[in-house]
Amino acid sequence: MASKKQGLSSIGRKAIMALTGFFLMFFLLQHLSINMISIVDGDLFNEVSHFMGTNPLVQFVLQPVLIFSVIFHFAWGMYLEYQNNQAREVKYAMYKGSANASWMSRNMIVSGLAVLAFLALHFYDFWIPEINVKYVQGDMSGMLPGADEFRYYEELVHKFAGQPIRVALYVISFVMLSLHLLHGFQSAFQSVGYNSTKYTPLIKKLGNIFAIAVPAGFVLVALVHFFNH
Amino acid sequence: MNLTLKIWRQKSANDKGKMVDYKVAGISEHMSFLEMMDVLNEQLINSGEEPVSFDHDCREGICGSCSMFINGEAHGPVKGTTTCQLHMRSFNDGDTIYIEPFRAKAFPVIKDLVVNRSSFDRIQHSGGFISVNTSGNTQDANATPIPKHDADLAMDAAACIGCGACVATCKNSSAMLFVGAKVSQYALLPQGQVEAKERAQNMVAQMDAEGFGNCTNTGACEVECPKGISLSNIARMNREFLSGAIK
Amino acid sequence: MSTIDGKVPAGPIKDKWTTYKDKVNLVNPANKRNIDIIVVGTGLAGGSAAATLAEQGYNVKAFCYQDSPRRAHSIAAQGGINAAKNYQGDGDSTYRLFYDTVKGGDYRSREANVHRLAEVSTNIIDQCVAQGVPFARDYGGLLDNRSFGGVLVSRTFYAKGQTGQQLLLGAYSAMNRQIARGKIQMFNRHEMLDLVIVDGKARGIIARNLVTGEIERHSAHAVVLGTGGYGNVFFLSTNAMGSNTTAAWKTHKRGAYFANPCYTQIHPTCIPRSGDYQSKLTLMSESLRNDGRIWVPGRKEDVEAIRSGKLKPTEIAEENRDYYLERRYPAFGNLVPRDVASRAAKERCDAGFGVNATGEAVYLDFAAAIVRYGKEQALLKGENNATDARIKELGKEIVKAKYGNLFDMYKQITADNPYQTPMMIYPAVHYTMGGLWVDYNLMTSVQGCYAIGEANFSDHGANRLGASALMQGLADGYFVLPYTIGDYLSNDIRTGKISTDTPEFAEAEENVKQRLESLVGNNGTKSVDYYHKKLGNIMWNKCGMSRNEQGLKEAIAEIAELRDDFYKNVSVPGGAYELNQELEKAGRVADFLELGELFAKDALDRNESCGGHFREESVEVGGPQDGEALRDDENYAYVSAWEYKGKPSDAVLHKEELTFNDIKLTQRSYK
Repeated sequence: MASKKQGLSSIGRKAIMALTGFFLMFFLLQHLSINMISIVDGDLFNEVSHFMGTNPLVQFVLQPVLIFSVIFHFAWGMYLEYQNNQAREVKYAMYKGSANASWMSRNMIVSGLAVLAFLALHFYDFWIPEINVKYVQGDMSGMLPGADEFRYYEELVHKFAGQPIRVALYVISFVMLSLHLLHGFQSAFQSVGYNSTKYTPLIKKLGNIFAIAVPAGFVLVALVHFFNH
Repeated sequence: MNLTLKIWRQKSANDKGKMVDYKVAGISEHMSFLEMMDVLNEQLINSGEEPVSFDHDCREGICGSCSMFINGEAHGPVKGTTTCQLHMRSFNDGDTIYIEPFRAKAFPVIKDLVVNRSSFDRIQHSGGFISVNTSGNTQDANATPIPKHDADLAMDAAACIGCGACVATCKNSSAMLFVGAKVSQYALLPQGQVEAKERAQNMVAQMDAEGFGNCTNTGACEVECPKGISLSNIARMNREFLSGAIK
Repeated sequence: MSTIDGKVPAGPIKDKWTTYKDKVNLVNPANKRNIDIIVVGTGLAGGSAAATLAEQGYNVKAFCYQDSPRRAHSIAAQGGINAAKNYQGDGDSTYRLFYDTVKGGDYRSREANVHRLAEVSTNIIDQCVAQGVPFARDYGGLLDNRSFGGVLVSRTFYAKGQTGQQLLLGAYSAMNRQIARGKIQMFNRHEMLDLVIVDGKARGIIARNLVTGEIERHSAHAVVLGTGGYGNVFFLSTNAMGSNTTAAWKTHKRGAYFANPCYTQIHPTCIPRSGDYQSKLTLMSESLRNDGRIWVPGRKEDVEAIRSGKLKPTEIAEENRDYYLERRYPAFGNLVPRDVASRAAKERCDAGFGVNATGEAVYLDFAAAIVRYGKEQALLKGENNATDARIKELGKEIVKAKYGNLFDMYKQITADNPYQTPMMIYPAVHYTMGGLWVDYNLMTSVQGCYAIGEANFSDHGANRLGASALMQGLADGYFVLPYTIGDYLSNDIRTGKISTDTPEFAEAEENVKQRLESLVGNNGTKSVDYYHKKLGNIMWNKCGMSRNEQGLKEAIAEIAELRDDFYKNVSVPGGAYELNQELEKAGRVADFLELGELFAKDALDRNESCGGHFREESVEVGGPQDGEALRDDENYAYVSAWEYKGKPSDAVLHKEELTFNDIKLTQRSYK
């Protein structure tokens, strides 16, 4: 048999989706850990945030990888969706997708786009101001203007306290993220070729726990700050 | 029972095609779905119309010819069943039944419900075999023991009838279950392991070239597969492919 | 009438094939590149032949009517494939397989061919394992065997209940390898509609592209037919809907003798017909008879009550059941050969004891087996006081492990649960032992035209043993034809490419076109299926499991009449030059309408009972075998080879005398 390789194969594309997915899930976990600190100890939250915000390894290695993963995961996800759509030119008059696959697995593009929309809001809320302060204005101190206090906790609380619409949007977005993860977690394992009668059921369980607990944690943080302040 | 059928009619590959309504009466619940189609066709012939073309042959669920998308599902509502083994007792008097061809870019319609599945053949040409001559001068069949577990798994993968329900039902028209089953069958047997990685590369390349979509692990294929081919075969192919690709 | 020569090589039967191979003419590899071979049909025989010939270097053009070679009807074989491997150490040998096959065929097959088949059987298993066929294995990793069809050894290899599928996919994979190399040119959705003969030699075919309707000329130095049997002449059979005799019949009309058309195997364990709309019958592996007991009610009033739904079979008391096989054949009981079991079921149903609405069904009951296995399991598990319900539960588990897939299939089709109520079965046409006459080289009476697998007549005599069809198909295709065809083709190395631009091709093409156009232009009123069903009825009632002179004569007249009516009144919608499934059927049924008549004529000529052919005039009278089939070796130990002379009724009989040097002819007794 002669090998004929041309560009990235469908399996290769899916594997990269899975790998970026893994990285993003890891990122979610660490993001949540830090957020959770905010409801326990505002000072510790400030310190950790400052570390993450100024550490060169985080800022110049992990952050670019993160940005690449986010962009890649979204862009390629949409490209795959386009390609998959092209693979059936004439659609069915009657198609009962619910008969054989979960809503989550069939609507990764919907939940994904919702998360993307959320990211835009999130960037507008936190990341753009953050980059603005640090790299445009050059203020790497992490201090509130004119005060001897870190600004991170204050900023976080400020976003949620008395902002029911924003909180509602957060909640909806995290529900969508949860739906995305409910399929994405175990799907990533399958895409990189892991499936065993012994452990796949366990992975599915873990995936469900992860997909519900992690978004629920983010929602909890938002709600706590909304109701506490 | 009396039924309303909404059937895809398309004169030829180039024709646009449309859904057409038909009525059939006096259908027995013991009839197979295709026998119900025979009744419709007899009715059409007697009234001077062209009967509906559809692929079918063995009518016992093994040849993989029949290929109807019935009420939104490949091979209809009963799981683990081909269209020819589907019986009318799964329907009720007065039902409206949608009957469409298996749809995918890689399965172009030839006429009515008949589609061209030769893309599956071409995938097999690209590597769906073990490179051994048919001289019979191989080693004795029992010279290499094969663990029963592996032999059974290979058999489960080999049970694929190549009907294309996996493609038809997949929202992405992906052929991964079909290809995964073949790659798995050979990868599980010592005779096929020798060229397993190369086989995966070649078959996947051909699969991609045919215009099938990408797998998003919805699992619909496994559910609709009349032979219950397992998704683990796709994972095994991913494994064979990826480990071959990074070599 | 004349006698014909099977060209069997001289010498002791054990050495015939070896000596033949040693001395046969070969074609050198460089010359093979200049020789084309057409293979029609891609089942076990055609597929394996195409792959092997291509591998040897010939240019192969392969044709199948299905959309892929993988769908040929060999795929539906369930049970297994025989081979004299003697892995079980139970005394099997080449000779024993040879002997069992000749005896099973009721001494109407050609001895030398059968011995060759037994010789190459072991190679088949080696070959298939090397190709990745996932045969069943035991826990030690070695191949498993099961016993089959009343022989005394376990020599049947199997792949779940899908042996035919797996073997076919093996041959298909070997074809794929050659298609990829360009050595096989594959023509899917093509149907052979005529054979072209140039200067007395088969030089090509006329085929119809079933997608476009286009009529194509294809030339070659030899033509191989692996086109299967003609069971669909009965309309209802276990054959695929598309299985047909057209290629073989057209070849017959071009000069090939048709041998033993009346030898038909009627398989006892099929799911009965449920109504007039029925399009085909489904077979269940005969392995079911290992544990199932066959019976009908012993009293007419119970039959009536069952048919009207007032009584359930499980409510009939043991003493009111007639286990007729156990009653008639105490020695073999439910395990008598297929032909005997089928006839016995018909006898009971004809006597009015059939158990479903159509009156054509008998029970196959697993209740006793479930209890038997259940008790055994209870003992093994130490449950000495198991209740009846517990015993049944344990027994069902065993039955499920052995026959689960068959039970599921039965339930899918009938909606009855065979674990709770007996299955209903009835015999159905399954396989045709007759076919194109071939000599030892597998060449038909047309030079350069070969027939292999079920399409020829040679190996199974008047009755085929279980698990032998797969063996014969692969033996012919992988190991026999590739040798014998070289002997013929060695004379063709200087011939060069065969032109399709000759009067012979033009005449054949014109013939085909005229016929197609006249069918679509017929403007009749009745569908093709109408005629096919009528033909099937005549065949089943008068040429089925039991035949007599009067019925056969009537059949001949009725079929001829039906054929005339067909040409006058058949309606074929659509055009000739497009995808037209009705036209495909019409052409096939037209040929069945001719073959059916020859079938009856052959059955009439053979006034003896042998294997699947039972003549009511030829039965044992008196003695322990009273009423059983009576073979007549003195007058009928020959192959009937019919030559076409314009119409079936004018066919001329040629005889190939069968001589048995290595086997003594005995009566088959199962009492």
